[in-house]
Amino acid sequence: MFGDYSIGDLGSIFVMQGFAGLILFSVYVLMALGLAIIFGQMGVINMAHGEFMILGAYVTWMTSNLFQAYLPSLFSGYFFLAMILAFFASGALGMLVEWVLIRHLYKRPLDTLLATWGLSLMLQQAYRSVFGAREVGVELPQWMLGSLRVTDSIEVPINGVFVMCLTVLITIAVAYVLYMSRWGRQVRAVVQNRIMAGAVGINTEKVDRYTFGLGCGIAGVAGSAFTMIGSTGPTSGQLYIVDTFLVVVFGGAASLLGTIASAFSISQTQSTLEFFMSGSMAKVLTLLAVVGILMLRPQGLFALKVRK
Amino acid sequence: MIINSRFFNRSELMGFIALAAVLFVILPLTLDVFRLNLVAKYLTYAFVAIGLVLCWGYGGILSLGQGVFFGLGGYCMAMFLKLEASSVENTKIQSTPGIPDFMDWNQITALPFFWQPFHSLTFTILAIIMVPGLFALIIGTAMFKRRVGGTYFAIITQAVAAILTILIVGQQGYTGGINGMTDLRTLKGWDIRPDHAKIILYFVEVVLLFACIGIAQFIRLTKLGRILVAMREQEDRVRFSGYSVANFKIFAFCMAAVFAAIGGAMFALNVGFMSPSFVGIVPSIEMVIYTAVGGRMSIFGAVWGAILVNFAKTSLSESFPQLWLFGLGALFIAVVLAFPNGLSGLWADYVQPRIDRLFASHKPKAGWTDNSVADGAPAE
Repeated sequence: MFGDYSIGDLGSIFVMQGFAGLILFSVYVLMALGLAIIFGQMGVINMAHGEFMILGAYVTWMTSNLFQAYLPSLFSGYFFLAMILAFFASGALGMLVEWVLIRHLYKRPLDTLLATWGLSLMLQQAYRSVFGAREVGVELPQWMLGSLRVTDSIEVPINGVFVMCLTVLITIAVAYVLYMSRWGRQVRAVVQNRIMAGAVGINTEKVDRYTFGLGCGIAGVAGSAFTMIGSTGPTSGQLYIVDTFLVVVFGGAASLLGTIASAFSISQTQSTLEFFMSGSMAKVLTLLAVVGILMLRPQGLFALKVRK
Repeated sequence: MIINSRFFNRSELMGFIALAAVLFVILPLTLDVFRLNLVAKYLTYAFVAIGLVLCWGYGGILSLGQGVFFGLGGYCMAMFLKLEASSVENTKIQSTPGIPDFMDWNQITALPFFWQPFHSLTFTILAIIMVPGLFALIIGTAMFKRRVGGTYFAIITQAVAAILTILIVGQQGYTGGINGMTDLRTLKGWDIRPDHAKIILYFVEVVLLFACIGIAQFIRLTKLGRILVAMREQEDRVRFSGYSVANFKIFAFCMAAVFAAIGGAMFALNVGFMSPSFVGIVPSIEMVIYTAVGGRMSIFGAVWGAILVNFAKTSLSESFPQLWLFGLGALFIAVVLAFPNGLSGLWADYVQPRIDRLFASHKPKAGWTDNSVADGAPAE
């Protein structure tokens, strides 16, 4: 399959496909970060995660429309405000959902799956009723259009670079919050031993609610970033949910590093294969490989060693 | 038909008679052929739901990939029917006569090797059972021998459903792609499309359904069923008692897969086409919902769940397409939060005691089975 290309061409192909893979990697990481917190730390299977992401995307779209209509002079910077709004909108909805629904189901993880699937259907229909069934795309500010020329045969789009930088920043922020801050320590304490954590004075219910909120908030930011590279429809979230779950499971559910490593390997495999065969076969092969490896190593790439 | 008090206890016998009366007598007498055919379509999901009662309700293994087995069974049947519909004289306008139309559209000139055996009906019927059964055996062995269960198993089966859908859609030339296999006409020369054929197929399906109910009930009553329940409640204790937990789980999963495959094959016969939209993640989860709504612990409940949810889906989405997804979503949440045992749980808690009291006061009368039929369907 390499026959028709020269060495130089192949190098460029790998770099360009690698870059396309990096954008996919960013989307996976952003979605999987929130899911890794909710599924990995709390053990809740949130099938509505994609819909929280889409909420962030719609918030971004509305913000961009508002800026276009009322503050065109500040349009180039709307995205930063939109991202913050998306975080709080998805996070607030997440906390509400935790309070109404999830907190009753912590002892029945499989049932959270069904309940959140129901929630995702309702949210999809809500988006369809409010925003319409057609996909919407945001208008990018001028500075995000165009591409950077690295060499003669290699070009990278600016919005992709921006999304990747954003991913790195958000990942560092999440890692800081979880591993350095007092609140992150409380989250991890509750995960490891709920009863003991309660006994030393941690309000476990409150920690649960904020953890779920944070996971959903990150999904909102992911949706916000998602608008930079694709359009948003009521069912866009569902497209990514299975992939994201596989990313989290493949990485080892409770490990942040594992999530990033597995997102990287899955996205790179897929985008490299995509050049040599049809997109659907590339995806089938990638997913098959992931499922196969999971059958051999069910605990994922980076398993947290805990005594049970 | 052997019905003794050991095979069914009294309330189960009532459920059995009520279901048999509705499916064999009431529905065929009251519905026109179009509606009866719709019921036949709903009942194909009842096969899946019965399998899920065994595997999920009793075994505690939630599979989100039942659509895979439903699809495999359905595609096996559809491949046979499609080959028969694409005989040389039916397809003489194609550039290669004698192969299915979608292959011709995709510039495939010879029948692929894995299509060849589907010229034989015997092979097809064996394949409907064996292909999904073996596939479930492979997945089950790989997962359960390594003690993967619970949420991980659910996610991996879901991934398998996603993979199979993408594969079917992507390999248009071999599978018919997103449109699936349409225009199925005859079974061994017998036209499956006219009304009288649809009625016969309906009755064949109901008989098969009752056979599956019988098998499931048999499994439930034997030691096997008790081990499944024990495993769900305290897996380690069962293991320490010397039972191979993995093998029992594999068995339950394979049974569920075979039931789903029979449902899929009946779907292809009754509805007259098969497409990837019955294979993927969404239909797989919906199948779990039918079981949850009907009652994950009750075989009859699951059948009623499949019928009622689908009936609600058809009638609501016909008249209020906007409301339907809200209703379905709310139904999931309500079933999970408020009544985890579904309709059969409600029936057992609220209706059954009243009926028992009624019988207790009329004890001298022997004809209680007639009463139960007059009471109509359970779990409504």
